[in-house]
Amino acid sequence: MKSVLTIYRKELADYFGSKKFLILLGLVYLTGLTSIYVSIQNIRAAAQSSTDAFVFLKLFTTSGDVLPSFLYFLSFFIPIMGIVFGFDAINSERNSKNLSRLLSQPIYRDSIINGKFLAGITTMAIIISSIIMIIAGIGLRVIGVPPNSEEILRILIFIFICVCYGTFWMALSMLFSVVMDKTATSILTAIAIWIFFFFFIQIIASAIANAVAPVSSSATLATQIKNFSVDIGIKRISPAYLFTESITVLLVPSGSQLFLRAVTTADISKMILSPLSLGQSLVQVWPQIVVIIALAIICFAISYIVFIKQEIRST
Amino acid sequence: MDNYIISTKNLTKKYGNKVVVDNLNLNISNGEIYGLLGPNGAGKSTIILMLLGLTEPTSGELSVLDFIPTKDPLKIKRHTGYLPEKVGFYEDMTSAQNLEYTALLNGIPEKEIPQKIDECLDLVGLKKEKNRIVKQFSKGMKQRLGIADVLIKDPKLVIFDEPTEGLDVEVANQILATILDLNKERNMTFLISSHQLNLVQKICHKVGIMSNGKLIGEGNISELSKNIFGGHKYQIEVEIIGDAEKLIEKIKSVKGIKSVTSTGNTIHIGTDTDLRQDVSKVITNTEGIILTKMDIKDFSLEDVYLNYFKEV
Repeated sequence: MKSVLTIYRKELADYFGSKKFLILLGLVYLTGLTSIYVSIQNIRAAAQSSTDAFVFLKLFTTSGDVLPSFLYFLSFFIPIMGIVFGFDAINSERNSKNLSRLLSQPIYRDSIINGKFLAGITTMAIIISSIIMIIAGIGLRVIGVPPNSEEILRILIFIFICVCYGTFWMALSMLFSVVMDKTATSILTAIAIWIFFFFFIQIIASAIANAVAPVSSSATLATQIKNFSVDIGIKRISPAYLFTESITVLLVPSGSQLFLRAVTTADISKMILSPLSLGQSLVQVWPQIVVIIALAIICFAISYIVFIKQEIRST
Repeated sequence: MDNYIISTKNLTKKYGNKVVVDNLNLNISNGEIYGLLGPNGAGKSTIILMLLGLTEPTSGELSVLDFIPTKDPLKIKRHTGYLPEKVGFYEDMTSAQNLEYTALLNGIPEKEIPQKIDECLDLVGLKKEKNRIVKQFSKGMKQRLGIADVLIKDPKLVIFDEPTEGLDVEVANQILATILDLNKERNMTFLISSHQLNLVQKICHKVGIMSNGKLIGEGNISELSKNIFGGHKYQIEVEIIGDAEKLIEKIKSVKGIKSVTSTGNTIHIGTDTDLRQDVSKVITNTEGIILTKMDIKDFSLEDVYLNYFKEV
């Protein structure tokens, strides 16, 4: 355990002193502050006209005419952050000839991967929670509406989901750093997977859904529902989509539950929409959260096993 | 296996069907400098990895510092320093920070670390470079830092894989001098894997020659030369023009000649005394033979090594 702590401390110091950390931090802060500016511009009007009990959460979800909301930025940056902190975790040690020297010290092999993984999670948690806290602080000062206890809980769970999602991407890119020798190959592979899950899956899902159940102007209700079900079923293969679903339900308690399942306009007109309680929101997105955590654990477990079984050569 | 720092019995390592180390019986005593020789792929690095518990043997017994690497790898690594052939450091950290990290991983109390770092850097002549980042170090400096990194834990056993590979003569000699000093002053045991025969000859008490995973020869240089050249001390090399076969029979009749072999027009004569005068007499008295060159030399490790591989 002591060796894990030693490696953890060293890796943490490396991350905080590295250029990649400073660049990421700068980017996240810049986009975070831009989005808070946009949301503050729009939130006053929204707050005045709305009877919504969760005004404070709108800081994170309100978008402008041109710029998207903070949630969108975050869903874009978290995978990048995870990939950047994991893509060279092991292969850079191997390439710099440090691995065999490190392994000849009285430490278990898993201390290395555990220490690096924990340091990466800590760094991401610090970046994510700090920007969310900054936004909350600025928002509190500017809009003058303090968050209620449920909003605080929702924000804390939101931070937890963000860290889990980042951990998944870090575990995935760490897996590539274990199995691939070159750092360039591991980062490119991780980015390719992210692009697929973030952009292409939506196109593929729509294409398949339209092929299976084409929706025309004369399409029946059943066809429309089938189209939606196929579309959302395919999209849910993507961790990026699961993440978007879970944080939207959590931060937009009023009416966001509708986008989780097929609902017709006629159905909506009959509904009395009221905000979901925190418990109900969690019930709605529990499967999404569990899948994200499970994916992170699976990726890390594979990296761990492969690394432990990997042949170490002196050269 | 009790009296040895390293002891292996029928140690075998296979990768699939390929036998990399084949029934190795190796014993290294406390305070010994042991040179492990052999071409690339002979199995030297695999032996080192098994000694450190980084890879498991397929069969056989193995003990290092009275511990079994597969059961107690940490206890072995706590007292064993290993310098790989291509040593790497965290380039953005200073030499002192790199050593501090190694010291922490070895569980050395934080209070003692600064003093140990100074001692080790002083020993390898890098004390002035303590706060310089490793990125600015030359290859020789990195190699010396590698030795300091090995010494920070006060090891009983040190394993070096090609410690002077790619270094200039001056730096290589400094490293060899450091090894000899450590062996003498701290009674450290060294296992040096190398194919630089002159290096091994200079400092090793005992040599093991590996080929295709097997230990084909072991002992000090005179013992090895005795095995391979039949127990004589000198080798006279004669280059001639004429029928070598005819001459070989005559040279064999000279008193004190132990062995005579030939390769082309060169005749190799093994003796225990300098018999050049007697041999030259025989050559000049033989009709049709012209002597073009005659040399005498002690058997070097290179001769022993090359002859072992010729026989294999």
